[in-house]
Amino acid sequence: MRPLTEEETRALFEKLAKYIGENIQLLVDRPDGSYCFRLHKDRVYYVSERILKVATSIPGDKLVALGTCFGKFTKTQKFRLHVTALDYLAPYAKGFGVAAKSTQDCRKVDPMAIVVFHQADVGEYVRHEETLT
Amino acid sequence: MAALCVEELLARAEQREAEPHRSVAVQKELELEFDLGNLLALDRNPPRAAGAQRESRLRSLARDNTQLLVAQLWGLPAGRAEGATGPLVAQLPEPFYRLPREKPLPRPRPPTRWEQFARLKGIRRRKRTSLVWDEAAKQWRRRWGYARAGGDPARDWLIEVPAGADPNEDQFAKRLRDKREKVARNEFNRLRNIARGALPGRGLHPTGHQSRAELGRATQVARVSTASLGRFQPRLPKEPAAPPPRGGKKRRFEPLLGDLAAERSRQLELLRGLGSKKPPLDLTRAVNKQLREEDAQAAAGKGKKRGQRGKRGRQRPGGGKGPAGGKGKKGGARRQQQRPAGRKRS
Repeated sequence: MRPLTEEETRALFEKLAKYIGENIQLLVDRPDGSYCFRLHKDRVYYVSERILKVATSIPGDKLVALGTCFGKFTKTQKFRLHVTALDYLAPYAKGFGVAAKSTQDCRKVDPMAIVVFHQADVGEYVRHEETLT
Repeated sequence: MAALCVEELLARAEQREAEPHRSVAVQKELELEFDLGNLLALDRNPPRAAGAQRESRLRSLARDNTQLLVAQLWGLPAGRAEGATGPLVAQLPEPFYRLPREKPLPRPRPPTRWEQFARLKGIRRRKRTSLVWDEAAKQWRRRWGYARAGGDPARDWLIEVPAGADPNEDQFAKRLRDKREKVARNEFNRLRNIARGALPGRGLHPTGHQSRAELGRATQVARVSTASLGRFQPRLPKEPAAPPPRGGKKRRFEPLLGDLAAERSRQLELLRGLGSKKPPLDLTRAVNKQLREEDAQAAAGKGKKRGQRGKRGRQRPGGGKGPAGGKGKKGGARRQQQRPAGRKRS
C-alpha cells in the first residue's frame, strides 16, 4: 500500500474530471472527514484516514481491499474507473446520458447520427432555462 | 490576610525551585541491567505507558532510566585526560554485547600475477636470511643491494662470452639492456596488478592521467568517505550542486501515513494546474532556451576560428573553458551545463 505518485494522481484526476469536472476538490478536501487515495496492488482506494490507520496493521499480502475502490491502473499505467466509484461520483456528476448505439455501431456510423441520449430529470428544463436553446 | 498571601507566595516559590531538581533516587521493581561498555541500560519492568497520559509517562520513564544509567557511569573509575586540568573521563569496561557488523565484508581482491603463478606451480614462500656468508670476503654480507655477497654484477670489469653466444656481441651492453628490460617488465606488471585492483589504491589510475569520468568518480567516493557520508561536505565554487537523492535501484514513495494536509494541498495544486488548461511558464527553462539559442548563433558565427582539443592533459593554464566574458552576467539564470573544453587558437 502506498500513496499515489505525481503521475498516477494526474492520471486519476484527469479521468475523474471527465465525469465530475472541477468537483474533484470536493472529494479531495471534504468537510466531514479526512479522506485520501491509496494504491494497493494497482488498485486505487478512496479511504478515510481512520480506516487507513487501522489498515496499516494488516500485512500487505493479506490485505484485500480498504475503503472504496475507485478503479485500477492497468499494466501500461492507464487508469480505468470502476463502477464502485459511482456512489462518490454521482452527486457531482456533470450530467449523464444513455448510449443510443452500441460501441461497435458508434464507430461505423455517419457523423450526424445520434449516439447519446441525454436523459434529464424533471426539473432540468427549469433549472437550465437560460442555457438551453 | 497579608500573612496568608506571603505564605502562598513562599510556597509557590519553593515549588518552582524544587521542580527542576527532581529527586536523584529512582525506584524500580526490577533492577536494570547495564552494559556500560555499550552505554546500554536494559529495563525489564513492564511499561505502563497507555492511555491519555502516554506521552508524559514515557518521558518520565526515559528520564528515570537515563538517571540510573548516568548514576552507574559516575560509579566507574575515572581519570583526568590531558594532564591534571583536563576533563574528567570515565573508563568504560569492555562491552558485553557484541554488535553485528555494520558494513558487509570487503570483496576479496584479485591475486597478482605472481600469486597466480605461484598458486599454479605450488610455490610456497620460504623464509630467507637477510645476510649471506661471502666466502671471498670472509664476511656476512647482505643478499642484494649495496656491498652484496658475490659482488655487484654491474661493476664487473670482465665478462666471459658464454658458449653459444656471438663473439662480436657486446656483453656489457647486453647486460645493461637485459637489466633495463627486466626493470621495465617488472614495472609493467606492477601497474597491471594495480589496474586489476589487486593492490591498495584500487580506484586510481597508476600514472595519474585520469579521465574526467574517473576523476568525477574518485571525488564522489572521497566526498562520501566521511563520518556523515558526505552530507555536510562543502562544495567547490564551481562544483555542481548535489543531485537530489533519487537513483539507486529502489523506487521511493511518499510515506504511507505522512502529512495528509500537505498531500491534500499538493493534490489541490495539481488540480488547479490541470484545470487551467494552459501550460505554466517555467521561467528557468525559458531563459535557458533563450541562452542556448544565442549560444548556437554565436558558435555558428565563430565556428571556423574555434577548435576542439583532446580532453587529456593538453590544457594550458587558464584555457579550460571558452570565453566567459559575455556569459558572465547571465550566469544567474543559467543551469550548470558541462561544456566540452575549447580553446581559441591564437
